[in-house]
Amino acid sequence: MKKTNKKNGILSKIYIALIMIFLYAPIAVLIFYSFNKGKSTVWQGFSLKWYEQLFKDDNIMNALGNTIIIAVLASFFATILGTAAAIGINNFKGKKRVLIQNASNIPIISPDIVMGVSLMLLFTFLGVMFNFEMGFVTVLISHICFCVPFVVLNVMPRIRRMDSSIYDAALDLGCNQWQAFYKVVIHELMPGIFSGLLMSFTYSLDDFIITYFTRGAKFQNLSIEIYSMTHRRISPKINALSALLFLAVLIIMIIINLRERHEEKVKAQKT
Amino acid sequence: MKSRKPSIPYIIWMVIFTMIPIIMIGYTAFTDKNGNFSLEPFANAFFYTGVFMKSLWIALISTAICLLLAYPLAYIITKMRHSTQNTVIMLMMIPMWMNFLLRIYAWVTLLQDNGPIDMLLSMLGIHATYIGNTGAVVLGMVYEYLPFMVLPIYTVMSKIDGGLIEAAQDLGSNSLAVFRKVIFPLSIPGVISGITMVFVPSASTFLVSQYLGGTDDIMIGDIIDKIFWTDQNTGSAISLILMVFIFVFLILMNFFGDEEAIA
Amino acid sequence: MEQTAKNTIVSLKDIFVRFDGEVILNHINLDIHEKEFVTILGPSGCGKTTTLRIIGGFVEPESGDVIFDGKRINGTPPNKRNVNTVFQKYSLFPHLNVFDNVAFGLKLKKFPKDEIKRKVTKMLATVDLKGYEKRNISKLSGGQQQRVAIARALVCDPDIILLDEPLGALDLKLRKCMQIELKEIQQKTEKTFIYVTHDQEEALTMSDRVVVMNNGVIEQIGTPEDIYNEPVNAFVADFIGEANILNGTMIDDCRIKILGRELECVDKGFGKNTPVDVVIRPEDIEITSPENGQLVGTVEKLTFKGVHYEISVRCGKCEILIHSTKSAEIGSEIGMRVIPFNIQIMNKLLPFYDNIIETKVTYSSEDENCFEVELEGETVKVENKYYPQGTSVKITLPPEALSLAGDGNGHLKDVYIESVVYKGEHNEIILESDERKWLMLSDTDEQVATYVPLAFDFSKAQFEVIEKVKEG
Repeated sequence: MKKTNKKNGILSKIYIALIMIFLYAPIAVLIFYSFNKGKSTVWQGFSLKWYEQLFKDDNIMNALGNTIIIAVLASFFATILGTAAAIGINNFKGKKRVLIQNASNIPIISPDIVMGVSLMLLFTFLGVMFNFEMGFVTVLISHICFCVPFVVLNVMPRIRRMDSSIYDAALDLGCNQWQAFYKVVIHELMPGIFSGLLMSFTYSLDDFIITYFTRGAKFQNLSIEIYSMTHRRISPKINALSALLFLAVLIIMIIINLRERHEEKVKAQKT
Repeated sequence: MKSRKPSIPYIIWMVIFTMIPIIMIGYTAFTDKNGNFSLEPFANAFFYTGVFMKSLWIALISTAICLLLAYPLAYIITKMRHSTQNTVIMLMMIPMWMNFLLRIYAWVTLLQDNGPIDMLLSMLGIHATYIGNTGAVVLGMVYEYLPFMVLPIYTVMSKIDGGLIEAAQDLGSNSLAVFRKVIFPLSIPGVISGITMVFVPSASTFLVSQYLGGTDDIMIGDIIDKIFWTDQNTGSAISLILMVFIFVFLILMNFFGDEEAIA
Repeated sequence: MEQTAKNTIVSLKDIFVRFDGEVILNHINLDIHEKEFVTILGPSGCGKTTTLRIIGGFVEPESGDVIFDGKRINGTPPNKRNVNTVFQKYSLFPHLNVFDNVAFGLKLKKFPKDEIKRKVTKMLATVDLKGYEKRNISKLSGGQQQRVAIARALVCDPDIILLDEPLGALDLKLRKCMQIELKEIQQKTEKTFIYVTHDQEEALTMSDRVVVMNNGVIEQIGTPEDIYNEPVNAFVADFIGEANILNGTMIDDCRIKILGRELECVDKGFGKNTPVDVVIRPEDIEITSPENGQLVGTVEKLTFKGVHYEISVRCGKCEILIHSTKSAEIGSEIGMRVIPFNIQIMNKLLPFYDNIIETKVTYSSEDENCFEVELEGETVKVENKYYPQGTSVKITLPPEALSLAGDGNGHLKDVYIESVVYKGEHNEIILESDERKWLMLSDTDEQVATYVPLAFDFSKAQFEVIEKVKEG
């Protein structure tokens, strides 16, 4: 019995290792080539010149700036809109509530490309009517569209789990409705609001398809820039960019993970 | 806290930016360029039946491979120590947070002529082209969406009560029987949501095939992308068909999910 | 009336509350005096918490007035009322420590910092939590959380403290301790406490006055002694303490007939030969020899309860409960005596015994020997009986003809169980349908304040024709 367990253990480890190789090999290759002196896939010696060129590339830097601004604004507005929505939706009952919640999930379940083209149709129509062109604002609106459902999904369970008499208690002790919300209720919803914000932020950073259809002629974000770079001419700058993005992701993930572990520990101590 | 009012801004928002655009797709799909009612867009869309079928085929194969790879993986992960489980899951997630395009681009780099794989295999005397075919597209899809299959299955499996497994063993089940009678039926909801989460995006994506596929690997997403800029009516018709198909698929999956949950 | 000398601090006048069409409070009136400890007692679903929430400002009555210190305060939000609440689950703010929880209300009222500190420290000392200022709420025991909740309400110096089953989550021992402590805190702080509970013992130990509620109405208001010794009806008698509740007949003033025997009592004014409910507390029955007893019965069960024996005696069809320091042998025959003062006579909960329906035959068939009548919108079929269509009939259904049916069955789909009282032989259950009340007998315990389907057994019914259908 023990022997087979051991054998299974080794097989399991090999299997996991193979999957990890499959997941990380492509990224490792990109990072490897980002230090290559030459342009092709033949190794010609170590160099940091692609990193240097990357930082000098105004297009990329501009796109990076846009991506971050959009992600910050979209996740911020989506969080406010979504948290308020979750509180309101929670007070609907029965069929009405199911209907609103399902409607809210449409952007999550419908294919990105359909959402992209449908928003493009709307913005073209409105653009003709009110005489504006697609660009920063339309991209921002579109990003808010697909971010809000994630906030609602994250905040809703928190509201349901919250002891509603905590809100009554705040009123009882002299808060008006608004004070009761920001002095008490928001603290209870914070973990949900935070994960909603984080999800919105990362989805916005990563989005290509919806931006692609709603950006108009001029607006560039990182995904669009990467798209045009990989389509036009293959430049090893993109390898350098990948390496840096990977590093950023790695750092963020480690921070989140440490935070979660810390929270779990606190929870474990409480019980 | 007791009022429905806070949801009003979002409900208005949904109507303007979710409902109306979908209605516009429907409207555009049934009109011609001059705005008159017409079924021509659907007639045009019919022309792409082959592409549609191929897209579904690629998505189906990709989903099946993801399931085959992910199921044992999820099972293995649940058998690990708790802290190791978290680490492995985190390692699965990290590539997912990398930019979508960069991940496909990485495979282009790996598979291209004179790329690392080509060079390596050339040394062994194997010469072939690894990019520009259906296999490469499927590979790209599996790479993109594998974590979406692993996570839901893992989540469901890790919630299976340990006591239940012990009870089954106690009643004389061997490990195979425990798996067949306890773990497998209880993991079905995770499998269902995994299938949904992989199939829907892989059926509708439009970049993987552009980067990794050949000329005949063009997918429905690529068609929408190509057509929409010039012929919004036909583009809308195809989008509408895709959306209806996806919704029917989701409803079916939901239905099976419920059935399994009852059984 | 005896307390008119005291100032009324809050009064509810003709309060009516309805949620989703269901009546929660049915025109209740209640006066609460200054510095008094009032307990609102009743089974779950009786409307006691709603009454409290009306005073707190969390529920607005559909009609009726809430008068506070002589002023009508309907519509004033909770934060503008000088009333504080201790909630059922304490509802402390988990993100704040003990000090900040207690200081919460004072900070809102913009008290200076040093004064807040002084008040909070003093209040924590009052509730015996000195030195816990920096503690995290989640690190406190249930009893300690409870005391923080009380301190948080008290520190705001409200005129009234509302307590909504605050001890419900504690274990029995802690609950007993906290009962005494609460009473002490109330006396120390000289505040008006309005306390809601379903635990009759809690109500009797702590309160100056007890308000017994059932089914959205107040059944009785009085001191704990009044409520215990002189319950106004079978419901109150059954709810407060243990009691033998029996069907009796008031022969004349001071003469009552129960279990076939005529006894002397002290109550007057019920008229002659009136059916009444009779309450005799188990501790008021004295065991004697069979020949000296007013009532005679056989001992069926004997349980030692520490302070006394609990003896169950079979007396004809009836079961009588006795609490006595004397023991008795199972199977032996004993006599029982009660002094007239301890026999409590009450009006029946319902003015009728048999359920009587007057209705018209809507359909009938002579071949099948059956007819149909309409009852509260439902068509009810009566078999083995024939009256022509259009006949007005009076159907008398004795309580035995009624039974609760399974889900989806029954002649009336949704009747409300208003009260269940054990009468020594059966449970007497009072039901309420859309248009009337029903009396039913049952040997099983039914859950009060729930909806059940009701079925009729017409073979036990009596029929009488009021008006024949005119032939032609």
